[in-house]
Amino acid sequence: MKKSVWSMCGMCTVRCPIRVEVEGNTVTWLEGNQHILKGALCAKGSAGPSLVADKERPQQPLIRRGGRGAGRWEAVSWEFALDYIADKLKTIIDRHGPESIMASSRGGPFQDLVKAFTHALGSPNYSNHDSACGRNVHHASLSLFGLGRKGFIYDIKNAKHLVLFGRNILSSLRPAEVNQVMDMLDKGGKLTYVDVRQTLTGIKATNFFQVRPGTDYALALALIHEIIKAEGYDADFVERYTTGFDELAYFVENYSAEWAAKECGIKPKDIHELVDQLIADRPKVIFHPGWMLSRYNDSFYASRALNCLNALMGNIEVEGGLIFAKGAGDCGRKGPRSLNELSPKPTAKRADGVGDIYKHFEKGPGLFHLFYKAMATGIPYPIKGIICVRHDPFLCFPDPQAQKEALDNCDLIVSIDTHYSEFGWYSDVILPESTYLERDSMIAQQKGMKPRLIMRNKAIEPQADTLDLCTIIRGLATRLGLEQYFPFATPQDLWAWQLEPTGFSIADFEKKGFVEYADKPVMFDREKLEGKFKTPSGKIEIISQNLTEWGFPSWKPYVSPAKPPKGQYRLVFGRSPLHSHSHTVNNPLLNEMMPENTLWINTREASKMGVSEGDFVDVISGDVTCVITVKVTDFIHPEAVYTVHGFGRQIPLQTRAYHAGMSDQKLMKGQLQNMDPVGGGLNLCETFVTVRKSSKNHQRKVEL
Amino acid sequence: MNTYNLYLNSKRCIGCHGCVVHCKANKNLPVGPILCEISHEPLKSVRGVPKTEFKFRSCYHCEDPFCVTICPTEAMKKREDGIVYVDVPKCIGCMACAGACPWGIPQHNPETNKAVKCDYCMDRLDAGLQPACVTKCTTHALKLVAMKEI
Repeated sequence: MKKSVWSMCGMCTVRCPIRVEVEGNTVTWLEGNQHILKGALCAKGSAGPSLVADKERPQQPLIRRGGRGAGRWEAVSWEFALDYIADKLKTIIDRHGPESIMASSRGGPFQDLVKAFTHALGSPNYSNHDSACGRNVHHASLSLFGLGRKGFIYDIKNAKHLVLFGRNILSSLRPAEVNQVMDMLDKGGKLTYVDVRQTLTGIKATNFFQVRPGTDYALALALIHEIIKAEGYDADFVERYTTGFDELAYFVENYSAEWAAKECGIKPKDIHELVDQLIADRPKVIFHPGWMLSRYNDSFYASRALNCLNALMGNIEVEGGLIFAKGAGDCGRKGPRSLNELSPKPTAKRADGVGDIYKHFEKGPGLFHLFYKAMATGIPYPIKGIICVRHDPFLCFPDPQAQKEALDNCDLIVSIDTHYSEFGWYSDVILPESTYLERDSMIAQQKGMKPRLIMRNKAIEPQADTLDLCTIIRGLATRLGLEQYFPFATPQDLWAWQLEPTGFSIADFEKKGFVEYADKPVMFDREKLEGKFKTPSGKIEIISQNLTEWGFPSWKPYVSPAKPPKGQYRLVFGRSPLHSHSHTVNNPLLNEMMPENTLWINTREASKMGVSEGDFVDVISGDVTCVITVKVTDFIHPEAVYTVHGFGRQIPLQTRAYHAGMSDQKLMKGQLQNMDPVGGGLNLCETFVTVRKSSKNHQRKVEL
Repeated sequence: MNTYNLYLNSKRCIGCHGCVVHCKANKNLPVGPILCEISHEPLKSVRGVPKTEFKFRSCYHCEDPFCVTICPTEAMKKREDGIVYVDVPKCIGCMACAGACPWGIPQHNPETNKAVKCDYCMDRLDAGLQPACVTKCTTHALKLVAMKEI
């Protein structure tokens, strides 16, 4: 029998609403939800059924027999695996206390279960991948607006000018957002793109700046300087809603377009032209503050400057600008219940020091990489058990070797994921979660101009011996005597409990697959934004009271990034529209489209090295050497080499991805604790690598 | 008379290759056959901004297709509305069609040992729907154009 199911994509973490057609227990068609996406879906989305059918993912719970990483697994029943984990957790709690257990998840709307479980255990140590992603942007946004990076949504469609610093919006893509960009361009809007290399986004740009790597902050400061000098900012808005403007004007005095042009390796004329355009297009100008901005040791300040430029444009709560993300409360309604509210609040200090040693970082998920410090040193206390849910730290944080050395202090490592992750391969137990097409997930609120509730429905029954996260967590909680914090037998019970205060029921989702709190976009009165900024002063704090109190400047004097020594290059990385982070490289359909990554080298540098397109090169950092094929292009800065993240995997059971391409994070030797001291984001683009022609050659590859 | 044509709005295309995967997923194809492709010219610098045009290519559904003429089992057919398609049960996988086609469009499906090619998802068209590549195109850049409308 044929049926149609509303659900949510799970191929990356954008979580697009989808509609799935099912016959028997097979997905026959899936498309983007017509009500939101008009059918649109990206390549990854269509490859979902291919993930389900792939036998190269764990088919039942696995327990390690043999050394960590040796790949000797014993297939066991769920009962056995959950008993095993619960016993180990009990032993750890008895010996070291519950706080010596940490858990991490992907983040996003479904982290509630994992967070609630960690807290129910009595541990404050919940974390996620964000220190390798958006922490700098988040903290920068908090310091200015008192709102996190998701506090605003960008009305790109109606903007006249979108400025992107390294935000490769059309490759590292969210379909709804991409369509907004294309609609804006169709209407004659301008796109300014700043990056060290040319991308699919740059091709569509009106202005393209190929800057020297690590100089984003310089260009942003120059834009502030020139806009203030030309008095091209929204003086009324600045007067009314910001603090510290005069200090900023004084601070940027020396950062002129001419200065920045030299620093960034671009033309002063082009900066001046951009400034003229921006002033003319104001207030419908959006400076994207960056999405994944764990890149350089001043990325926090770069993001702060970009956020500040938004304030100077006066683009807050106007069409074509930054709109406050509205929740249920802004519609006079209640949001869904959170499981975390049921669990007791842990009293112990976090092992990563966030909120205690590091008072300037928002507690939230803390900073994952700092847990490795605690593991290695036992300070402030030892971490002995770690559970990672759909999160592969070896892929997202630098230097997996250093991570393994720290992890070896743990008595229990558990990976819960839909596929084999590098972390899973090194863990003690792999619990295979059902794929997104085979599982129900919690109801989540999506804030926006029209806040809505979304849900993921199971489209088909699991094809392997896998379980959904709700059942897994509940299974563990029951064994540990914590079932009172998870009083739900099925995901359906959980939905009903979540929905109770909202006034909606599951039946309300039947029509469109989601429910909306408002019929029309909810906008605040721009004349009455007092109190909307959650900073100490209630204003946009160009000079932040919190930063001052914590001993950090609101504006750090610019420091020019180091030039790589001769024969070395700065390693930068990015994404492709065909793969999401790391977990799709072994997907049969997507692997066929893009089986490996390449190393981009500037044409001049390549000719110096004597390599041409398609040759192999050795990329060396410390004791790590990777071999990769070369792409030669004019459109990358000569100081940088670039690759797509997520390749070079070493899991033999993933035959398609095994040793295909190169992994950038393995080359980031010694960088595990190298973070932006103010933003907390890792400095993932602060590694220099040696590149040389490889002795490996294609001909030999064929002969052997 | 050809009724349809697939048109790519290159200005809107972002080269994400979604169409290729949408097509393969809908046709349930294994690794190997690829029925449509997105390509672009090498980048050219236009006033400092690199530019290129995207091109979409699938079967051209010829007026007088060689693949139909050469097919020994009459498995390759042309419909009234111009769609050239494989009548799957009749196909013996000899791939004479691919040899006859000037662009080598028909592909071999290793799983079924038959020829496979773009037929504008005619089962979907007949059900009043759009081809997979059009329905799911990430940026709505692909359109199926009915020729009489031009």
